Parts: sequence; structure tokens; C-alpha cells
Amino acid sequence: MINERNLPIFATLTVFLLLYGFGMYEYKGFRDTLVFTNLLTDNAFLIVTAVGMTFVILSGGIDLSVGSMIAFIGVLMAYLITSLHIHPILAIAISLIVGIAFGAIMGMIISVFEIQPFIVTLAGMFLFRGLAYLINLDAVPINHPFITALSDIYVSVPGRGGLTFIAMAMLVLLVVGILIARRTRFGMNVYAIGGDKQSAALLGVPIKKTTVKIYALSGLYSALAGVIFAIYTSSAYPLAAVGVELDAIAAVVIGGTLLTGGVGYVFGSFLGAMIQGVIQTLITFDGSLNSWWTKLAIGGLLLFFILLQKAIVFWAKKRSPAT
Amino acid sequence: MTPHSNVKDHSRTTSDHSSALLQIRSLSKSFTGVQALNAVSLQVNKGEIHALLGENGAGKSTLIKVLTGVHPRDEGDIQLDGRAIHARDSGHAQQLGISTVYQEVNLIPSMSVTENLTLQQQEKSFGLINWKKADTRARALLARVGLENLDPSRQLDRYSIAIQQLIAIARALSSEAKLLILDEPTASLDASEIKQLFSLMTQLKNQGMGIIFVTHFLDQVYDITDVITVLRNGECVGTFPTASLSRSDLVSHMVGKSLDDLATSSDHQTTGKPQNTLLTMQHVGKQRFLHPLDLTIHAGEIVGVAGLLGSGRTELCELAYGSTKPDQGHITLHPDSSATPAAEPTSLTQKSLRQAIQSGMGYCPEDRKLDGIVAELSIRENMILALQASKGWWRSIAMSEQKKLVDDMIKRLAIKTPDMDKPVGELSGGNQQKVILARWLITHPKLLILDEPTRGIDIGAHHEIIQIMQELCEQGMGLLVASSELEELVMFAHRVVVMKDHHKVAELRGSDVSEQAILHTIAS
Repeated sequence: MINERNLPIFATLTVFLLLYGFGMYEYKGFRDTLVFTNLLTDNAFLIVTAVGMTFVILSGGIDLSVGSMIAFIGVLMAYLITSLHIHPILAIAISLIVGIAFGAIMGMIISVFEIQPFIVTLAGMFLFRGLAYLINLDAVPINHPFITALSDIYVSVPGRGGLTFIAMAMLVLLVVGILIARRTRFGMNVYAIGGDKQSAALLGVPIKKTTVKIYALSGLYSALAGVIFAIYTSSAYPLAAVGVELDAIAAVVIGGTLLTGGVGYVFGSFLGAMIQGVIQTLITFDGSLNSWWTKLAIGGLLLFFILLQKAIVFWAKKRSPAT
Repeated sequence: MTPHSNVKDHSRTTSDHSSALLQIRSLSKSFTGVQALNAVSLQVNKGEIHALLGENGAGKSTLIKVLTGVHPRDEGDIQLDGRAIHARDSGHAQQLGISTVYQEVNLIPSMSVTENLTLQQQEKSFGLINWKKADTRARALLARVGLENLDPSRQLDRYSIAIQQLIAIARALSSEAKLLILDEPTASLDASEIKQLFSLMTQLKNQGMGIIFVTHFLDQVYDITDVITVLRNGECVGTFPTASLSRSDLVSHMVGKSLDDLATSSDHQTTGKPQNTLLTMQHVGKQRFLHPLDLTIHAGEIVGVAGLLGSGRTELCELAYGSTKPDQGHITLHPDSSATPAAEPTSLTQKSLRQAIQSGMGYCPEDRKLDGIVAELSIRENMILALQASKGWWRSIAMSEQKKLVDDMIKRLAIKTPDMDKPVGELSGGNQQKVILARWLITHPKLLILDEPTRGIDIGAHHEIIQIMQELCEQGMGLLVASSELEELVMFAHRVVVMKDHHKVAELRGSDVSEQAILHTIAS
């Protein structure tokens, strides 16, 4: 029996398969594995951001700072590598620590002063974008043999497709995210806080500590997305990834996570981001449609999924509870 | 209220120290000047079901919150199993061996039963939660509360409240619980569910666990408990073996009056001349809220509602006013026949609150701070609220008219305030209560419902408010007044409805209205 709370994720999977099937039916080129592996590569940074965002939304919060974080981390990495000549591995490590620290600070402000996450992360959004400009006003290329080597990694799969380094990194981070959500106490505490914060506290869940960890995790995942984005574009630009926070929220919601928290799956967010990617690819294959049709389609889907969730909650309430 | 010195003599002086599980000695706690607990001592033994009883504000919930570490204590000493304990929060209290189940099920409805039962206690293998082991553990815990056949992988909110309550108990037993606190667990359960809970409690008791049981239902106290401790006004009245404490003694301990102290007949008002019928309730009730009852209120009379805390006083008021919709019966509000003789009675059962206000009803709820006043708004704004609502929000009331109305009310009710634009939150409790009264008086109601109009206000204001009520009654208004102060009820009520366990058990009128009669009815 399918639990009604799992219905949204099945709906998401169905929509993804329908869209992908439509592409395969309509365009010959779509049938090649290349399309799928390119989807993984092109949407890697969005998926990684959405995985971090899933934890925040599961806990009933929101993180608007992730797009700016991607740009800031990219610019910071470029600065460390090209201006200070630090080895990329160390530069990446520093960037990730900065990402965790900024996330944790936002989490502390949210939990200690009990301020709305919306406002705190909005401040973070402006702050990180500003910091990115403070380091560098223009786009800079990241030229380092190590980065080039990473970009060149390519594992072929049957057909013409193949997995790039960032696609594989994304898949690993996705699996880690799933394990954190379902197989750790921290993950269960996130679900509990999103489900009923007061009860969670009475059940002994450390609310403040967990909240700090949630935003630190989102900071880490958006910093990782920043690193992936920098490798993907081999450059850094302070205006990069504008609006990605909203794409990530859309991915999470389309993936079946309730905006009020407590219900949802990390894998759903992966599907949500992939759906956005498939729509974009379909529009590219069509050739005659403006790329803004992507936004139109995503807007429509988002509306559909939010209404679907409302309907499911309504049905669940109407059906008398089993005894 | 006369303190009775003889009460302490009933308490158990002989206590078997070897079996003492929890010992509380002279525990005190105050909140910004209010003494919630004053030198309370309590002992719970192993294998004992200990009832903790008391009226509203007696200190039961404060005691439980101090025990479980939600509030820090001011003074006193708590020992569990002979070791002094200081719980930091409810998680820590659980580790120490004190588990609590609250009236509201404190679990996560959107998570599965297994996830709920193992939260923060999941067993891990290789650093990750092992859901197989968690599932086994959940099933074992469920078996302890007699729910062997329940599917723990289903979401918690798929089960009824009663099952959820049992699951909450199963969870409470999961940590090494020595003391189980059940805070009104039966409020939302039906008879067979309560039976199930009681057999579980007996089983746990036989395993040597100590249980503190808080309830409003006296029948349940006599069904299951071994010992009763009564709290009143933050003080411990005494601890008594259940078997040797009569119901009437118990009730008089709870309300702070001994039956012998009371005159059989008080100087209460003789029935006025009931005029037109104002409100008729026919078989009005709501499932799990209030058993169906009949009630008629006439113009020019005060109907009192008596009963212990949780007996259904407030529920009756809410149903009569319409802020809670009944699921059966008819409420009819009769029009003022002298003004419009031809008018039809209005059936109010399914009407909106605004219609209730428009047809001449007013309601002052029990908790002023929560439901009544808007503390940030001024006296004038608070007083005008109901009038504005009855007129409709789009028809503004001229400021000069507002000022005149409010000024009249401040004089008439003798509200002590420098000016009418002071925020209500800055007034004393008695004056706040008068502001709420004034709010309704401005609308010229025919029927006023007051729930605990004198709670938490000083003696002077007490008398003033009772006087105002009596004046209103003489002017032909009908009043329905719920109160826990029997002395007061007897003084002003023409008729008294006695509530017990959400039933109307009696309606006393005329010379039958006395404190003794009310207490007897409650205790019987």
C-alpha cells in the first residue's frame, strides 16, 4: 500500500518519466544516453544545492542565501587559486569551511534569537553577494592544471554518454544526503522538528543544536555547489547563480517536500531538479521555443504540486484514522 | 477560605523508606511574584499509583514541570531512588528515569510509529541507524502496552488519539523509566480505552514502577489509585490513602472547604421574578466535549455553573455562546417580546458568532489574557471592539461617540485609570476584567455569559464585579456565570447548574442553592 504522504514523490517520478518519454518519442537524439548524462552534469550544482535545501525545508525553514553562496565561493576559490596561488585542493577545503561557518552563523542567529529564517538568510543572500563583489568585480577564468584535470575526467557509459567528475561528485553527495536524512539521528531530528517543534523538544530533541547543524549543512552543500559550478564553468563571476535559491526551492517542492516541514525525501529534490533540466532540454531540442518557456513550465508544475500536496493533506484528514 | 489545621493529621506519617521512589521535600517555585509552589513535599513509592489532584492554579502542572526540568526550582530537594536529581530539560529527566505523558499527545504525527518510538534512541550499526533493530525494538515496546498487532511502519496520525496515547506511553517506557507521570491522559479517551490504559497501569505498578496520575475524573481516582495527594493554591493539603478518604472529604480538600464548616443554607438571593425566556438549550452537546443537556435562561436571573476543574463548566459556556459549535441539539435565542411581540425566536445552532453578538449575547472567557483583552490596544479600543463587530466593520463609530460611551463605562464601573487611551495590559487584573465587561455592556446585551469573572483579581474588585452583575440582573439582563468559587456562586446565583465529568448532574434552585448541596452533588 502506498502511504499518501509518499504520493507526491511518485507523482514527481511519473512527471519526470512522462517528460523524458515524450522527449524520446519526439526526438531521435533524445534516446541517446548522452542526454541523460548531460542532464546530470548540467544540473549538478542545482541538485547539490537542492539536497542541502531539502534539510532546511524539512525542518520548516528556508535558506535564501544559497545562490549568493555559490557565487561567493566561486569568486573566493578563484582568488585563492589565481591571486594567492594556493593549491586548488586547499582552496576548496578553505571555501567549504567558510561555507559551513557562514551557514552555522545563520543557524545560530535563527535559533538563539528566534528570528525568522526567511529574514536571516535574506540578509545572508545580500551579504554573500556583496562579499563576492568585494573580492572581484569581474568574471575571472580559473586556470590551474588540477582544475583542468578534474574537468577532463570522463567515464564513458554505453551510447555516447559519459559521467563527468562533477556528475559523479553530485551523485556521491546525493547518496550522502539520503543517508544523512534517513539513517542518522540528526536526519530524524530534522524530520521531528519540521513535524512538530514543541513535541520534538519534549521528546528530547536538541532543537537549537540541530537548527545550527541544519543551516551549516545547507551552507556546506551550497559551498560544494559553488565549487562544482566553478569547475563546470572554469571561471568565477560575482553575478553567477542569481535566483538559484528559488530554483532550488522549486526543485524541493516539486520533489514532494512539504513547505511546512516534516514530510519529504532528498531523492525527490533530485527528481525535482532533473525535471527542470528535462524541460530545458526539451525546449532546446524543439529549437523554436524561447527559453523562457522553461520558467513558464516550472511555474505551472510548481503550482500543480503545491495544490496536489494540499489535496493530499485534505484527503488524509477526511479519511477517518484507522484504529 | 478558612485553612483547616486538622487536615495534615490525616496525612501518612508512616512511610516505608525502603520503597520510596521519589521524595520531594519543601519544593518552592514562584513566577514573577506569584508563589506557584510553596514548600510542597511529596513521596511516591515503588509500585504505587499516586493521584495528584487540585483545582486550577493549585500547582499540579508547575510541580510536574519542575520535576521534568522544564522550569528550574527556587528551593527544595528532589530525590529519585535515594539520589538527589536536577533535571535540566525533559530529555535529561528521561535519562534520569522520569518519563511524562501529557494530555496532548506529544509525538510527531508526520513520522512513523517506529520513528517516533526510537527518536534520539535509535540503535546504530556502522554509524548509521539500523532500522531493522529499531523496528524490533518498536514492536517490543508496543507489546508492553498491549499493541502487539499494530503496524509500526505506518504513520502515527493514521491511528486514533487513544492509540497514539498508548504509543506515547510505550515511548515513555522505552527509556529506563522508574517514575511515570501521566498528566490527564484520559481526557480524550472513551470508556473502553480508559479500561485498556488502566490495565496497563496496573501491570506497570506490579512491575514496581511508580506512577503519578493527574486527572479531573474522581471516579478514575477511586478506580485505580492507591494514594491521593491534594494540592491547593501551591500548597500541599495532604496525602491520603485512597481507600480511607471519602469522596466528600476529597472534594472539600480540593475546594478548600469542609462540609461541616458550611451552613446548610446560605444567604443567597431568593429567586427573582423570572421574566421572559432568553435562551433555550435543548439537548445541546458535542462528542468528547459535553454530554447533551437542557438549560433555559430567563431575563433578570443569574444562572450559576458549578463544578470542579474539567467538569465541563467552560464547555457549557462555549456551547451556549456558540464559540464552539454543538453537534447535536437546538439553541434558541428568544427575541425581546416586549419590544417586538411578533418576532420569531432565532435558532442559533448553526449561526455565526457575529450573529450571536447581534442578537444580544456577550461572552467573557475564562482566560482574559489569552481570549479576552488585546493587551496592546487602549482601553477605548478594547471597549469598542464588540460594538464595532455587531455593527459591522465598515460602519465606523464617530470618535466623539466612542469617547462618550467609554467615559460613561469608566465611571459606571469605577475603572481606575488616568485616561482611556492607556494600553489595557498596564491595568490591574480587576480593572482588565471590568474593561471586558464594559466591552459587552456597551452593546446592551440581553444575555451575558461570564466564565470565571473573578479569577485572579483582588478582593475589592471581586465585590465590585459581583455588585455590577447583580445590578445588571436587576435591570433585566440574563446572566450565565461559571465559577469555581462556590461561596460566590451561592451568593449571587438564582439557580445553579452542577457539572460533573462533562455531564449536567443537577440544577439547584431556590432554597436548595447552598455550598453544601453543591459539594454533595459533586461528591455523590
